[in-house]
Amino acid sequence: MGVFSGPLQSLIDELGRLPGIGPKSAQRITFHLLKVAPEDALRLAQSIIAVKERITLCTRCFNVAEGGLCAICLDDRRDITSVCVVEDPRDIVAVEKTGEFAGRYHVLQGALNPIEGIGPDQLRVRELLARLGEEGIAEVILCTNPNLEGEATAMYLARLLKPMGLVVTRIASGLPVGGDLEYADELTLGRALEGRRVIEA
Amino acid sequence: MTLFRDQGVVLRTIRLGEADRIVTLMTEQNGKVRAVAKGVRRTGSKFGSRLEPFSHVALLGWQGRGDLDIVNQAEVIDTFRPVREDLDRMASAMSMLEVVDQVGQERHANPRLYSMLVGALSALAERDSVMVTPAFFLKVLALEGTEPVLDACASCGEEDIEKLVAFDLVEGGVLCRNCRRGRSLSGEGLALLKRILGGGLAGVLAEPRSPTTDEVGALATEAMEVHLDRRLRSVRAGPVS
Ligand SMILES: [Zn+2]
Ligand SMILES: [Zn+2]
Repeated sequence: MGVFSGPLQSLIDELGRLPGIGPKSAQRITFHLLKVAPEDALRLAQSIIAVKERITLCTRCFNVAEGGLCAICLDDRRDITSVCVVEDPRDIVAVEKTGEFAGRYHVLQGALNPIEGIGPDQLRVRELLARLGEEGIAEVILCTNPNLEGEATAMYLARLLKPMGLVVTRIASGLPVGGDLEYADELTLGRALEGRRVIEA
Repeated sequence: MTLFRDQGVVLRTIRLGEADRIVTLMTEQNGKVRAVAKGVRRTGSKFGSRLEPFSHVALLGWQGRGDLDIVNQAEVIDTFRPVREDLDRMASAMSMLEVVDQVGQERHANPRLYSMLVGALSALAERDSVMVTPAFFLKVLALEGTEPVLDACASCGEEDIEKLVAFDLVEGGVLCRNCRRGRSLSGEGLALLKRILGGGLAGVLAEPRSPTTDEVGALATEAMEVHLDRRLRSVRAGPVS
């Protein structure tokens, strides 16, 4: 289908399969790589190989890891009684940056999306349930995205976990710090009002 | 590009690039519309939750030359919050969105389908009724011109209600003992179906869950799947265990 032949076209095709990269961009990147120094291009190729060879999913929490357990699971200073449930390893990075959480994580590898055919069986739910018994977890923080899929996932997990006698909490929804009230959408503002708290003075 | 104003219910959204989404809406005047909402996935987005599935919004957008429009502004008419915050109701509502996504045609006005969807979501927000979705499915079938025959055997015309014991949408509706095919149907189930399609909807929505509502629910799902000629994913993968 391509106008170029051999390795040139196959690189364009491969790049074009990446998320967010259309045929135009794929062509642009390919011709850029053609121009750069060989060692620069090779470094990129080797990084891809290294990631594919060395990076695995943590056998406990499904975060990214280099074989076996991830860095967080290996860190024995973490509080093992509390687990924060997220959709994606990138969410761990976001939560870690807050410095507000010292427990372990559990990555679901997605969120419920019935319309797209993603049910609980497609997520790491069974593995989460298995961990609860084994690790002495007392609190589960549901930290899925505050969108419809994330909310559905949180409600589903809450229904599953509450009868097990655990503390199950959901991250609060609120207004972005630095934002203007007048631009807030109704659902967010409504939830922020509902979750109001007594101010320290 | 022309500017347009409309009202619509968000049916589904898919991610586009870093921060955008393609939003599919069932609108009042333009039928099903697919539009790009820029920056919607950023935490401080001006659209915020307004373009999440179920949201009923007033929309200002650019109509593109291709098949994608662009959302310029969105104001909330209703978020159907009780539906979003209850797993069972959310699952019911999702299957209605899936059906409308299947039945609605792009840029082909279907104001009746639109208003039925808004009505069903409002009903579900008002009370946790197991009959909203089955009733919605059957009403959509009627709108699509495949209203099931309920008064007599769809095959031979037998009118003795005692003898009507089965239901098959392919045959056109209820069937008598001699012509029976498809799933079996109880007398109570048939009575409930008649109330749904015969103008007794308000009373039907007040029905508490029972073997009869379960029967009609399963029948309505099956009939809708026969009509669409595909499985309803939201029913099959539904989060409700
Ligand atoms: Zn881990
Ligand atoms: Zn017959």
